[in-house]
Amino acid sequence: MTESGSRRGADEGGTKQWELVVGLEVHCELATATKLFCGCPNQFGAEPNTNVCPVCLGLPGSLPVLNRQAVEFAMRLGRALHCTVEPSTFARKNYFYPDMPKDYQVSQYDQPINAEGHLDLPSGQRIGIERAHLEEDTGKSTHVGGGGRIHEAGHSLVDYNRAGVPLVEIVGRPDLRSSEDAKAYAAELRAILLATGVSDAKMEEGSMRVDANVSVRHPGEEFGTRCEIKNLNSLRSLGRAIDYEARRQIDLIEAGERVIQQTRHWDEADGRTHTLRSKEEAYDYRYFPEPDLVPVVPSAEWLAEVEASVPTLPAERREAVAEAAGVTPADAALVVERGLDGLVLAAIAAGADPLRVLTHADHNLAVEGADALDPRALAELVTMEADGALTATQAKTVLAEMVAGGGSPAEIAGAKGFEAVSADALGDVVDGIIAANADEWDRYVNGDDKTRGKLTGFFVGQVMRATQGNADGKAVTALLEQRRGG
Amino acid sequence: MADATPATTDTAVAIAEAVRSGERSAREVLDTHLAAIDAREGEIHAFNLVLADEARAAADEIDRRVAAGEDPGPLAGVPVALKDNLCTRGVATTCSSKILEGWEPPYDATVVRRLADAGAVVVGKANLDEFAMGSSTENSAFGPTRNPRDTTKVPGGSSGGSTAAVAAGFAAVGLGSDTGGSIRQPAALCGVVGMKPTYGRVSRYGLVAFASSLDQIGPLTHTVADTARVLEVIGGHDPADTTSIPEAMPALESVLGDGVAGLRVGVVRELMGEGIAPDVAARVREAAEVLAAAGAEVGEASVPAVTYGLSAYYLIAPAEASSNLSRYDGVRYGLRVDAPTTPEMNLASRTAGFGAEVKRRIMLGTYALSAGYYDAYYGKAQKVRTLIIRDFAAAYESFDLLLAPTSPTTAFPLGAKVSDPLTMYLNDICTIPSNLAGQPAVSVPFGAGDDGLPVGVQLLAPALAEAPLLRAAAVLEEGAPS
Ligand SMILES: [Zn+2]
Repeated sequence: MTESGSRRGADEGGTKQWELVVGLEVHCELATATKLFCGCPNQFGAEPNTNVCPVCLGLPGSLPVLNRQAVEFAMRLGRALHCTVEPSTFARKNYFYPDMPKDYQVSQYDQPINAEGHLDLPSGQRIGIERAHLEEDTGKSTHVGGGGRIHEAGHSLVDYNRAGVPLVEIVGRPDLRSSEDAKAYAAELRAILLATGVSDAKMEEGSMRVDANVSVRHPGEEFGTRCEIKNLNSLRSLGRAIDYEARRQIDLIEAGERVIQQTRHWDEADGRTHTLRSKEEAYDYRYFPEPDLVPVVPSAEWLAEVEASVPTLPAERREAVAEAAGVTPADAALVVERGLDGLVLAAIAAGADPLRVLTHADHNLAVEGADALDPRALAELVTMEADGALTATQAKTVLAEMVAGGGSPAEIAGAKGFEAVSADALGDVVDGIIAANADEWDRYVNGDDKTRGKLTGFFVGQVMRATQGNADGKAVTALLEQRRGG
Repeated sequence: MADATPATTDTAVAIAEAVRSGERSAREVLDTHLAAIDAREGEIHAFNLVLADEARAAADEIDRRVAAGEDPGPLAGVPVALKDNLCTRGVATTCSSKILEGWEPPYDATVVRRLADAGAVVVGKANLDEFAMGSSTENSAFGPTRNPRDTTKVPGGSSGGSTAAVAAGFAAVGLGSDTGGSIRQPAALCGVVGMKPTYGRVSRYGLVAFASSLDQIGPLTHTVADTARVLEVIGGHDPADTTSIPEAMPALESVLGDGVAGLRVGVVRELMGEGIAPDVAARVREAAEVLAAAGAEVGEASVPAVTYGLSAYYLIAPAEASSNLSRYDGVRYGLRVDAPTTPEMNLASRTAGFGAEVKRRIMLGTYALSAGYYDAYYGKAQKVRTLIIRDFAAAYESFDLLLAPTSPTTAFPLGAKVSDPLTMYLNDICTIPSNLAGQPAVSVPFGAGDDGLPVGVQLLAPALAEAPLLRAAAVLEEGAPS
């Protein structure tokens, strides 16, 4: 795990290697029909302050009623992250902020609904999940004038449509050792959120928000002092911010200074992190049990239902493809990400050559409608290609046609005039070309590698011309080598 | 003691049955009560707002329904005073605080809706200690309420306005809220029946929160039968309050005549000693004799942890209050005092909007929850709460009901304790344990003290045992010295 650490620090003249330590805290909005504690629609983009009621406005006398669907989504996500679902309670997190209607946030504190899970990256690395708990979202402030900053604004407008939207906060352990790993973790988590259907997980729209805890150390030493980075609105920002922050901390330490624990804000425009508040300025949230809500103790039946609703997860799907195709799970990542693993597995089951299927899925099927392809047709195509009935280029063309309009590969190949050139027939053509070009063949057989390389192109071109392009270049090259040796 | 005219001490049951049968009109009943308000409200100040016009319209509607052959419900035409921390749609709800200046809730509290559905007529929003924090109704931003039995005395609190309204004949029923005794203590001091039901019996939806884990709405009435009837109307599960009890309300009014034969009643030893005025303690012992004479097995009970109740309460209640009252920040509703920045505006609004006692409790509660102090204060108080529940449970192995004073003394003069919070807090020493335990308790008028002012005795029961509790209350009511 120190390779990535060694990429920074040591390669720039440091005497010791530096290791980056990252843990991510991810907030995601649950895609429930209504808010966490009231019946208002949970909807993005409505007119300001239209999806509000006494409860989510925190009006005096109002009381929260927990949304069953939100609990169910949280549990489903928890199980997808291999957490144990625990009896849980809510707590109040107290601090003043205008976009928080009650001036406290209802969250889960010492008894979260999901505890102790993990997430497996496509690389096979396992990242611990400390907890994944439920809480309510705040409203959204817009600062008018003063460049949008609260301290200089003429006035502020608050939209409470988002107030009370259910969130799950997923607290990852500091097991990540590079910005690439952190991005892979966020991407994998997003895939799980989408697969389980609990969130639309859009970083740009804020329905998935990532905060990064970053520190540096020498490998094997205690964790260094960490800084929490906020305002990471894309995977790209996440990666850049982590790299910047690590560099900043290493520079501080190497200059004989200390890293101060603080919350920092990533500025995408200037590519730096800036101090938001230090540990001393941190709020005392005065957590205490939320007296308006009762503990959540899901029944065994409900848990079983939730368990059954967890779909096959990306990591398991990668495993399945890897096993069927005889590749590593990382090699299967792309088809799973594209949702083509079902197609790939079915095509392999129908007898197609696994590696050729994977190659097509990786390179030729990043298109709309690919997942609707008939796996038997794909298998047929791959078999034609393997048998030499189609060249790789022809197969790609036929495949595009199959995705666009359906139909069997044989019909499409026929319609395109892609004629089968059998191995025997191809041998005859090659022998004919050799006979007709004796000088070139002599130089091919007796020349150096460079000469042979040039002449390979010549012979393949001749064969292609003779077969109207229906020959497979690789097969021709193989035959030429066979004739030379034989 | 006999200031009120006979007409305005009519019970809720009597009024409702007379209105339902067409014997009396709701309008005539209302006018009688409005006349009493006209006569004495200037002196008593039970209300923050009298809703005479709205009440007349509501009474006329009841009469129209009776004329049309409909039954307006078990509280048909009964005039009700609502504590002004119960939300009323489109009608100012102030909690007797400047901070809620101008705020009109867009919704009715569940109890308000249930009262209206039962035919009750709201006559006004009653005064209280600001945000229900106090025991004398002197902590009101709108001035104190006076005790109708003796206007030099406090009515108790915090539901002093609702209680005084009943005692003065301004309304047949008052609704109060009881966080540490705020229904029972004023009931004792004004000579009416006041009950705190089991926590969760009555929906808190629309009750402006003081201390959420302790707050409970309950009735203030002339009689035990009225309390039973009102509780049947306002109680029962409410899906809008997650902490409300799912079980249906048991029949209360119909079992009141069942008596106490065979019930075991324990007088709480720890609440009969130091700090309890001798005349009050004497009435409690007499009440025990009345119950024994009616066939109850009376003995002495011990609930040792109740002596820590006051300390635990003054950590838990302020802690919850400090959080509940955060929302009054000048941003969305109520008072706003402008200032250059948002935090300064929050501070200026809260400084101007809250009274001294509210500020004191917010500071106490904030401190009790602070990092580094939580375990020593809030955490420990919760442990004491558990101890009290445990000790009550042990006592209820030997007894069905417990008996104790409601208030340590009879009503005290206005101004006597207002400058000494600790002395004021001691008023609730006998009532707080039931709130901490979430159990029902009722204060029943039982004779008078040496000063001639009313004394209330308190019956306590395990959770959900409202029926035996009120049966015993009815026996005490019957046997009370006249
Ligand atoms: Zn809402």
